[in-house]
Amino acid sequence: MKYAYYPGCAAKGATPELHQSTMKVVDRLGIEVVELEAFNCCGAGVISEADPDLAYLLNARTLATAEVLQLDIMTVCGTCQGVLGGANKALQKDEDLRKRINLELKKTTGLSYNGGVKVKHLQWILVKDLGLEALKKHVSHPLTDISIAPFYGCYILRPDSATGFDDWENPVSLEKIIKALGAFPVEYDSRTKCCGFPVFLEKEEIATEMVEKRISDAKDQGGDAMVTPCPLCHMGLDFNQERAEEKHQAKMGASHKLEMPILHLPQLVGLAMGFSSEELGMKRHLVNPAPLIQKIDVM
Amino acid sequence: MRVEITIQRYNVETDVKPRFVDYCLEAGRETTVLLALLKIKSEMDGSLSFRASCRAAICGSCNMQINGVQKLACNTSVFDELDRHGKIVIGPMANMPVIKDMVVDMAPFWDKIRQVKPYVVSHNEHSPVPTAALKTIQDDLHNADACIMCGACLSACNSFEVSPEFVGPAALAKAYRFQVDPRDEIGTNRLAQLQEDGGIWDCVRCVYCVQVCPKEVAPMEQIVRLRRMSIQSGMDTTIGARHITQFVKVVGEEGRLNESRLPLLMLLKHLGKLIQTLPLAIKMLFRGKAVMPFGTPPQGHEVVRAIFKGRKK
Repeated sequence: MKYAYYPGCAAKGATPELHQSTMKVVDRLGIEVVELEAFNCCGAGVISEADPDLAYLLNARTLATAEVLQLDIMTVCGTCQGVLGGANKALQKDEDLRKRINLELKKTTGLSYNGGVKVKHLQWILVKDLGLEALKKHVSHPLTDISIAPFYGCYILRPDSATGFDDWENPVSLEKIIKALGAFPVEYDSRTKCCGFPVFLEKEEIATEMVEKRISDAKDQGGDAMVTPCPLCHMGLDFNQERAEEKHQAKMGASHKLEMPILHLPQLVGLAMGFSSEELGMKRHLVNPAPLIQKIDVM
Repeated sequence: MRVEITIQRYNVETDVKPRFVDYCLEAGRETTVLLALLKIKSEMDGSLSFRASCRAAICGSCNMQINGVQKLACNTSVFDELDRHGKIVIGPMANMPVIKDMVVDMAPFWDKIRQVKPYVVSHNEHSPVPTAALKTIQDDLHNADACIMCGACLSACNSFEVSPEFVGPAALAKAYRFQVDPRDEIGTNRLAQLQEDGGIWDCVRCVYCVQVCPKEVAPMEQIVRLRRMSIQSGMDTTIGARHITQFVKVVGEEGRLNESRLPLLMLLKHLGKLIQTLPLAIKMLFRGKAVMPFGTPPQGHEVVRAIFKGRKK
């Protein structure tokens, strides 16, 4: 198993612990990765709002680079997966689009993309390429009696024309991974909804209300922590949790805290493999994961 | 085959809270959820309430939540739902007040539609645009005129769920449809109104509306087009618009998103807001989460700059 590893801006920026924990986990699992060190942003669905072809050009460059290496791409970000994966599907399917983009890409970079690359999120690789049985063999510290609320977010599921791994109406891959790690997957309605991060600055009220709803839902159903395949969801739910907690306490009373650790997917996998929270970069979270770590250690 | 269908029952006039009732009935490959509901109503419980008319996915009356997803009951197969979810649980559309069972008060939906002036605004008695020319706008409409007003998108909208003032996906798809109509003489007035709170910048791009629309109107994509038109028309000072323009600027210069520089640029003309976000920025800095807003751009930025330069040409 070998992939061209596309870290995405967040794992190389505001959530370096995602990159750190990914490296630990893939190394232990024997997944070989070649990091695309000179990678560019996928556009996050924002660049295409200004200029759709510009977003295609950026993603075609990434795809063409992996094609030269003859490797499929591994992403660790739900948003990158949706945007880069979606661009890939469009470029593979629409020959006119591919020709138009290649013409411009070749002029400026010398590269062109022939449609020969697959884009897979680490979550999908764990479930399908590696397989849950193989994953279980590496679980040395099963997360028994820990309840984990899976939080998919938007772009790893929708639009399903761009993703197509899980059924967007009823996704199961995170639950399967959580079970393979020995933990209990929490059932709650919020798991496929928006974390509010896309309007974090411009519409603070909307973003905060969403965080309050998602986390209180996970908490009401008994979640000890939430896990997400998307660092933007992590940022939305972790960075904005203090404000969401104020909102929650105003509604429910001062004794009602949220205190919900938000884990990146490879951090959860790493904990079940016996890596310490320091090795997985969890001290970088704004919401203190110590109570969760203590509960895991006691088990 | 004998199937079990669970239905949320509620009457706003007599019930304190909703209850779930199971119904068992014979169903075949051809049975739609609507046929099942009609059978339950005629053979088991005449008090069951739902809206339905055309039975052919045209009138938009029978939208409801089927296994938690907004769907037209008339074109949803009972067997497909069982295959997909292993159960059938039916309830009313979300985000709108329930009157009885699956019947909701759609006033919020219609209020939103009216807000965007969903019609051609023209002072001419006859269209100044030749009929032949009108045919060419079909491509520009991007299917935005295919809406059957079923309410699925507003019911699934993550933003409307927490912010009832958001005008919502259906109304914005309508707004787009008339904004690109060459007969419309409203100019940028409709667009200007949509810059306010509750307008196009309240969309969180959760993609639910695209996914649940039974007619492939893709409302979010029309919202994105309205946003693009706004920026192109010079309406680019809202934080939402600056999110796009400054994102493009940062990636164009550095090849990647710099998560410290973007907020600074976005909020440059919104100083109060910038000051409000400082405590969070300081916390992030202490946790090693804040990247330097200025400095040497990462590897690969020259190639990205070349792509952007080529695009400008």
